[in-house]
Amino acid sequence: MTNEELIAKLKPIVASYAQDKAALEKIDKDTDFIKDLKINSANLVDVVLDVEEEFDIVIDNTSMEKMLSVGAAMDIIEAKLQEK
Amino acid sequence: MDNRVVITGLGVVAPNGVGISNFTDAIKNGLSGIKHDPQLEALGFSCQIVGKPNLTPLQINTCFTALELRNFNSSGILYGVIAGMEAWSDAGLEPNTGLEPDWLSGTIFGTGTSGIDKFRESIYKIDGLDVRKLGSTVVTQTMASGVSAYIGGKLGLGNQVSTNSSACITGTESILMSYERIKAGSATRMLAGSTSDSGPFIWGGFDAMKVCTYKHNDMPASGSRPMSETASGFVPGSGAGAMVLESLQSALARGAKIYAEILGGNINSGGQLGTGSMTAPNSIAVQRCITKAMENSKINALDIDAINGHLTATSKDALEIENWSMALQRKGKDFPFINSLKSTTGHCLSAAGSIECVASVIQLKEGFLFPNINCNDLHPEITKIIDTETIPQLLIRKNLNIIAKANFGFGDVNACVIFKKYD
Repeated sequence: MTNEELIAKLKPIVASYAQDKAALEKIDKDTDFIKDLKINSANLVDVVLDVEEEFDIVIDNTSMEKMLSVGAAMDIIEAKLQEK
Repeated sequence: MDNRVVITGLGVVAPNGVGISNFTDAIKNGLSGIKHDPQLEALGFSCQIVGKPNLTPLQINTCFTALELRNFNSSGILYGVIAGMEAWSDAGLEPNTGLEPDWLSGTIFGTGTSGIDKFRESIYKIDGLDVRKLGSTVVTQTMASGVSAYIGGKLGLGNQVSTNSSACITGTESILMSYERIKAGSATRMLAGSTSDSGPFIWGGFDAMKVCTYKHNDMPASGSRPMSETASGFVPGSGAGAMVLESLQSALARGAKIYAEILGGNINSGGQLGTGSMTAPNSIAVQRCITKAMENSKINALDIDAINGHLTATSKDALEIENWSMALQRKGKDFPFINSLKSTTGHCLSAAGSIECVASVIQLKEGFLFPNINCNDLHPEITKIIDTETIPQLLIRKNLNIIAKANFGFGDVNACVIFKKYD
């Protein structure tokens, strides 16, 4: 999966939680979930659950803690897809 | 000096009407909100009729964001927030969206349980070894104080934000607790109210206790029969009622519409002693609650124009009438008018007190007594004590000055509040 394809799949997931819609439109690898998209920190677990469902993977607690940006999410998703 | 406390806003999500305007029409016309519930029939309930509010998507989407509604499954919070937001707006107030909390405004919003359907979902997930999939909102939807927490956030409240719980007196208690807070000067405005979840997991326990009627499954509207000889148990209900309480000074300063004044009240318990038990009232405590409420309000029994009773449509209705009669030392034709909202809404449990207080205040403001339906066969034990004329069965237009409103609940708890027309 290319970076563009991954971001295209992530965007609708984070869209549900992003409070900064302008930042959502400019989403890229460097976008931070909390600082840029203004996602409520409590909702990060919901983002993870939605990502698990979309990609049919399981994200462990350690990876979950690191999933704070689009780039980190992409790395984790790719690693988990490779493990499958 | 103590503050005088007035009511400046009302909100309601009732089985027979959502919103003050619809609800007012419904109670004036004796319109029943009781319907047959196919889910309860499928689950083999003895009582298959309920009073459950009917909300439109528009009413829900006005008060909740799409994100809040994701995985949302708490009917009590839904009802409470919608009623609370209506009351706030009816009082001419805006949600505080600034950076500074509104330190002078708070809420005491009661409930019996919170998000019981969400709780059930969670239990299934946990038992299925999927605790990690619960998501982020199970706690906020199922914590008892979920409803006050949602309201506090939506309105930007900075004073006390709390939830009380005391069975069927919950709503009346929340109003009296809020009243005390403003009277003492600890707050200027309080959103007081209560809510109750809907559904089989709330109502099942009552069905099992055999306190609900099973004789009217095929004629829902005539099922809830307070004061009737053929009353055979209450009809379970749900919903929410809310009112904005405010110091008179604040209400006058901002030129707010004033519905009524709260003169005072009383909350007590019979200690489950004497005739009292977990589920039955200690009559001495009931009578004391009423007399202490009058004392606290500096009125005497003859000042009371009307009573809004607890009157659930069980065998205890006659006892309640006797207790009112003893406490007021009034009987026969000398007894005040008395009505029970439950004939058209059923027993809304933890929401009963607040919804019924809203109805009482509307009666004072507009000058009418709503009809009791389903009691053309008044119980002879009741008509032995009070005259038939004191129990309106048709709408009565009448200027009322003082209404006494009481609720009595499991745990042998009692609450009585005295509302007065503001002039």
